[in-house]
Amino acid sequence: MKTKLASLAVVLVAALAPGVRAADAAPKVHIENFQFRPQTLEVPVGATVVWVNDDEEIHALYAMDDSFRSPALDGDASFEHQFTKAGTYEYRCSLHPQMKGTIVVR
Amino acid sequence: MFESNRREFMQCLAWAGAGVVWTLTSGGLTSRALAQAVKSGGKTEGLHFVQISDTHIGFDKDANPDTTATARTAIARINALADRPQFVLHTGDLTHAQKPGTFDTVNGLLQEIHTDAVFTVPGEHDVFEDGGKEYLARFGKDTWGSGWRSFDASGAHFVGLINVLSFKTGGVGKLGDEQLAWLEKDLAGVSASTPVVVFAHIPLWALYPEWGWTTDDAQRALDLLKRFGSVTVLNGHIHQVMQKTEGNVTFHTAYSTAYPQPAPGTAPGPGPLKVPAAELRNHLGLREVVWRANAGQLAVIDTKLS
Repeated sequence: MKTKLASLAVVLVAALAPGVRAADAAPKVHIENFQFRPQTLEVPVGATVVWVNDDEEIHALYAMDDSFRSPALDGDASFEHQFTKAGTYEYRCSLHPQMKGTIVVR
Repeated sequence: MFESNRREFMQCLAWAGAGVVWTLTSGGLTSRALAQAVKSGGKTEGLHFVQISDTHIGFDKDANPDTTATARTAIARINALADRPQFVLHTGDLTHAQKPGTFDTVNGLLQEIHTDAVFTVPGEHDVFEDGGKEYLARFGKDTWGSGWRSFDASGAHFVGLINVLSFKTGGVGKLGDEQLAWLEKDLAGVSASTPVVVFAHIPLWALYPEWGWTTDDAQRALDLLKRFGSVTVLNGHIHQVMQKTEGNVTFHTAYSTAYPQPAPGTAPGPGPLKVPAAELRNHLGLREVVWRANAGQLAVIDTKLS
């Protein structure tokens, strides 16, 4: 429930902030201690999601449906992907399979 | 559970040169201190090899800004051994995510080791960018499939397995049907009294699945190894020494030469453990393995780089 509310807040902030540059407003997923935070993120169709690696270890993302894949992300590196179709996108880290995340595009 | 086991089997036996010698003594393992090996000099009759692991060449963060230097410390230790090892095993994560130039650096480093041969298996860091193409082109000589290998030395049979190439389909470390079929064939001609040494990157037991420290079809490989009197499994991946004995099989994970990782469950995640620079080499190490024909189990000796 908490996650849903937080996701909803992200959507609302994105929708209610006209004039803010896309990069600033872009919903972010932080990679911290081998976890995606938030683990589930809800965004509107057309949103660009930015992942930022806060760990010292390298991480890399791939979508379970092959719709996106990042290069190796060293510490502090980031990756972005625009979601143009509604759907539920599950993704993992290629190096650490226990790391799982979901982007819900509505 | 792991902590209590570690207390039982890790005994500080002696100082050898500047290094503390840790010897694993549970589960019927015989052992001898490196100090004795150095003192006695001369050549060990039987089997004598070294395992290094997780050099992570290319890692440059706070936990160890110079992983080439610490790898060189490990190599200097090997080259200073009174008894030159017959060969060296590297149990993977040679590079840190195949950063450009790092395979060249690793190649150069491995050639500095005074030994007759170096046998490798890849870690996930060596293969995830390109599915293992570069690794196989450089280290795939005399291997099968995606790089599986086997050889005999001094009466023991060695098998190098790859459990880092099926992350996407398996969700965890996995050997896969094709490799297991190859393993079955490979072992078919080996007598049950032959000591078998299996080496692979990710532990071949469910050490801590929450952090991905497991190989999900390892039991199928272990079933194929049941008929052998002595099986020694050497792994890397978790950057710390752990040991477990199960029937005829003794499992050992190795130190990294690059940086330590936390003990299972003691940190929010398994990221590089930052320790003061002066203490780093207390958390890194290498491993000697000695076996004399008809002497029972292999002796496994873990040495810190400090």
